[in-house]
Amino acid sequence: MEYLSIVFEEVYKILFLLVPVLVSVAMIVWLDRRVWAFVQKRQGPNVVGPFGLLQSLADALKYIFKEMIIPSSSNKVIFILAPIVTMTLALIAWAVIPFSATQVLADINVGILYLFAVSSLGVYGIIMGGWASNSKYPFLGAIRSAAQMVSYEVSIGVIIINVLLCVGSLNLNDIVIAQQNLWFVIPLFPMFVIFFISALAETNRPPFDLPEAEAELVAGYQTEYSGMMYAMFWLGEYANILLMCAMGAILFLGGWLSPIELYPFTLIPGAIWLILKILLLFFLFALVKAIVPRYRYDQLMRLGWKVFLPFSLIWVVITASYLFYFNLLPVN
Amino acid sequence: MIAHAIFFYTFSIIAIVSAIMVTASKNTVHSVFFLILDFISISCLFIMIGAEFLGMIMLIVYVGAVAVLFLFVVMMLNVAQQKNQWFAGQATSKHIPVGLIISTLIFFEIIIVIGGWKYKPEIFDINNSLANTSVSNTHSLGQVLYTDYIHVFQISGMILLVAMVGAIVLTFRQRSGVKKQSYIKQISRERAEGVEVLEVQSNKGVKIDD
Repeated sequence: MEYLSIVFEEVYKILFLLVPVLVSVAMIVWLDRRVWAFVQKRQGPNVVGPFGLLQSLADALKYIFKEMIIPSSSNKVIFILAPIVTMTLALIAWAVIPFSATQVLADINVGILYLFAVSSLGVYGIIMGGWASNSKYPFLGAIRSAAQMVSYEVSIGVIIINVLLCVGSLNLNDIVIAQQNLWFVIPLFPMFVIFFISALAETNRPPFDLPEAEAELVAGYQTEYSGMMYAMFWLGEYANILLMCAMGAILFLGGWLSPIELYPFTLIPGAIWLILKILLLFFLFALVKAIVPRYRYDQLMRLGWKVFLPFSLIWVVITASYLFYFNLLPVN
Repeated sequence: MIAHAIFFYTFSIIAIVSAIMVTASKNTVHSVFFLILDFISISCLFIMIGAEFLGMIMLIVYVGAVAVLFLFVVMMLNVAQQKNQWFAGQATSKHIPVGLIISTLIFFEIIIVIGGWKYKPEIFDINNSLANTSVSNTHSLGQVLYTDYIHVFQISGMILLVAMVGAIVLTFRQRSGVKKQSYIKQISRERAEGVEVLEVQSNKGVKIDD
């Protein structure tokens, strides 16, 4: 009985976290399309519901009623598993995101490593989907995306080390609290820029959307998918984008801290600030999609390995030396 | 404790079954996927004994990087449906004696380790003076890794670096006749270098030198 009550309590907490995440994923798709449209002087989705807010729900309904086609030559188990893996990995990462000092599902010691591990597992959904489809375009897309995601993970890892040097803890709440006086975006601004670009590449967003470059690969790893399975890939992708924005907000923009520690601002709960910061970062993601042309594949690899990796490594040395000589290293 | 035992046995059964399936499955890509499942359940076991740092590093390094490369190689080699002659009972393979010797060796090693652990516990009595239970295991790892074991740590890092450089040097080929692109050249191109306006005469055309 005791275990059952624990299980029910946890399930309630998980639902309270995941349902808003899923709803906001649907809303964020609408926001993405609207921003994209406004940059190009179009209207974007504005018919279904007020301002077109219900467009994503209508799309989801359409996907649910479409037939799921499983190619006869595909590897069926892995083919079905791939979107499930993508979706699950995109959602389980939210367990460690702190919405305030106490509002966090799992306040674990190695929170940032957990986030990094889950985002590095994200590549499997794509590889599995691309391989199991047993056709050329998905396979090429999967190979491209695996190489791309593995490359940019390296620079994200080094950037995380930069932040951790200033914090002295792997706990996400500690990382937020360490930014009470100064958000890390100011001293580590170059790292923030590199993190943002690497996050674009890690989530396969334009200008790094080579795995699904429609001009060359039809739709990349999603070519053979239809109906709800395609929708799950799509939801997982956007949940990953939101997660990357949340990671950026926590690592550099002070997480749930309010920007000004004054009376009217401190009344607003931390979750609102975190959501506003995530939305700001997502707005930048959407703008980049609208205004930057796609990279060539060799340019992408060069940027990841020859520019970002050395630069962020040098920045680790600079940060460490600065902290060491001015005796600012966080020791506890 | 019951919940703990249930989780422990679930993860260990998944680990053992997937380890068997790595060798037993005929499709090599499936074997790699089972290997990944094995890694994940082992890292869950690490987390269960309180070694959360090791578990996460296992996920990041083995599942996030090493197994991706495994998958790459297996998919590229396209050996998906390899005929397994040993089980088919046809031609005998020459690898069997070598495999038997190695497996016997590993079996005796395991017997020595487990037997010693059971009957001579003082051999495996780890020096616990370094372990400080008041700090998290990430902190305590960091404290010993860069102080007491700094040389071992640096040497293992150098070995990995040498292995990486060696692998790159061995597989590097200078191919002739490959067009290379210089980014600086491409970016610094001006309009005057690329575009030329010519007066085209009727019925004569323009001679383009190439």
